[in-house]
Amino acid sequence: MSDGSIDLRAEARAKAYAMPLEDINLADTELWRTDTAWPYLERLRHEDPVHLHPAHHHPDGAFWSITRYVDIMAVDTNHEVFSSEPSITIFDPKEDFKLPMFIAMDPPKHDVQRKTVSPIVSPANLNLMEPLIRSRIVKTLDELPIGEPFDWVDRVSVELTTQMLATLFDFPWDDRRKLTRWSDVATGGLDSGLFTTDDPESERRAELFECVDYFTRLWNERVNAPPKGDLISMLAHGEATRNMDRMEYLGNLLLLIVGGNDTTRNTMTGSILAMHQNPDQLCKLQANPSLIPSMVSETIRWQTPLSNMRRTATRDFELGGKLIKKGDKVLIWYASGNRDETAIENPEAYVIDRERPRNHLSFGFGIHRCVGNRLAELQLRILWEEILPRFPEIRVLEEPRRVPSVLIRGYASMPVVIPSRNAVLAH
Amino acid sequence: MPKVTYIEHHGSEHVIELKTGMSVMEGAVKSGVPGIDADCGGACACATCHVYVEDGWLEKTGAKTAMETSMLDFAENVQANSRLSCQIRIADDLDGLVVRMPESQH
Ligand code: HEM
Ligand code: FES
Repeated sequence: MSDGSIDLRAEARAKAYAMPLEDINLADTELWRTDTAWPYLERLRHEDPVHLHPAHHHPDGAFWSITRYVDIMAVDTNHEVFSSEPSITIFDPKEDFKLPMFIAMDPPKHDVQRKTVSPIVSPANLNLMEPLIRSRIVKTLDELPIGEPFDWVDRVSVELTTQMLATLFDFPWDDRRKLTRWSDVATGGLDSGLFTTDDPESERRAELFECVDYFTRLWNERVNAPPKGDLISMLAHGEATRNMDRMEYLGNLLLLIVGGNDTTRNTMTGSILAMHQNPDQLCKLQANPSLIPSMVSETIRWQTPLSNMRRTATRDFELGGKLIKKGDKVLIWYASGNRDETAIENPEAYVIDRERPRNHLSFGFGIHRCVGNRLAELQLRILWEEILPRFPEIRVLEEPRRVPSVLIRGYASMPVVIPSRNAVLAH
Repeated sequence: MPKVTYIEHHGSEHVIELKTGMSVMEGAVKSGVPGIDADCGGACACATCHVYVEDGWLEKTGAKTAMETSMLDFAENVQANSRLSCQIRIADDLDGLVVRMPESQH
């Protein structure tokens, strides 16, 4: 499976270094769908680490690309100058269907809402959920076919992240794939292929309203019952949250659904791909399973499930000798910072026992740093704790199909085969 | 060199000598003391180096910056004696400092 992709990579490298700097367009979806953005990022890091793209590079206009680790850190930790409002993606928000989410808010509002959600995904609370999450992962793995090809993305990654969300919300189990669908609908563009009629905008809205109604029903149920440990019950009974308005409630739920869904799902798929491409690392892990937590962090760095976040300058600011003007759109490229050789040793390589595996940018830094990071790590850790004793190998059969997105580094499908099960567990 | 005592949540103690100018976080990480993750490497940007400063020492550890206050605000189980250990620089008057680690870093 590797020959074709190596050609593509060599070609991309030649092209990236041949074209005029000002023609490099990181907002070109093709670079991400074909996984060929790397040499472009590298060239910008070396030649123009604070780079302004012209307006014709994106429908919503000009934007800066910040590609070095230290500069990304400088922007991420300066929330007064680099605001998360009005949007954290390259797209400007649509005026007519706005869901307030704290990820796209500045203090003080951001802080209040983050604090209500944070305890739900705190390590202490996750400890309580771990046995349930584990039993569900075990069941899913035990049902996988042996010696028969299947799509890892759908059968495992989507299934497990969906189950995790359903567990978190105590969401009706048989309806759980609705969560996946709403997450896709909330993030997918109108041209994403998710919508089938000629009026995708109305279709999208109808589905999101269905989501509002569904969650409103759950809220009403839980508010009238004694408090229990799930997220909706906690919000419905919580001092600071029980008077949240409907759109705000939905906004925060969707934020957890979206935040926890693609990112974790794609890291799960990425971990299988990384191990397939680096069999020496798999041997290392099999010989020493105590490396799992470190391997999880390395996989999250290697995958960088969100390639960038957007900020908007609240005033003129000089960065790396360039003047960023008030109102300018700034993209901080985590995918690039995670490959910056001045910050991370041998960054191209997948090394599961790196010295400081947690020092990566994939969760962001500063006040918006991923609040769900421990939950993501927990799921990945359990997944591998259960894979290792079961399967000696999970073989990737073809290059995975990647998601055409400038934001989400992910996989639409990845055919695999599990040749055999370990003898001890084969019952 | 000033000595700092790190006490893990379940009670294990580690006494480490630190060069002046180093941070309390670096002292732990460089010596492999568990309980401090320091995901951001000391940039005051992750709050995974949260510690509780033992009675009598808080004032000597200095004032918090606005950024430290913001980041601490999002840590779990924050108390009046909470600090981000990457923001405490070791000086001679901190010889004997005692810090305790929280149950977990979030
Ligand atoms: C490997 C998996 C994950 C990655 C790579 C990831 C990445 C990120 C990043 C980069 C941010 C920062 C956004 C910014 O700076 O503007 C973020 C924020 C956030 N993430 Fe995650 N995430 C992951 C898993 C999760 C999970 C499992 C959840 C939910 C349970 C979650 C919920 C959130 C929320 C609510 C925020 C907003 C925090 C704030 O604005 O204060 N994430 N995530
Ligand atoms: S090491 Fe990140 S805040 Fe101290």
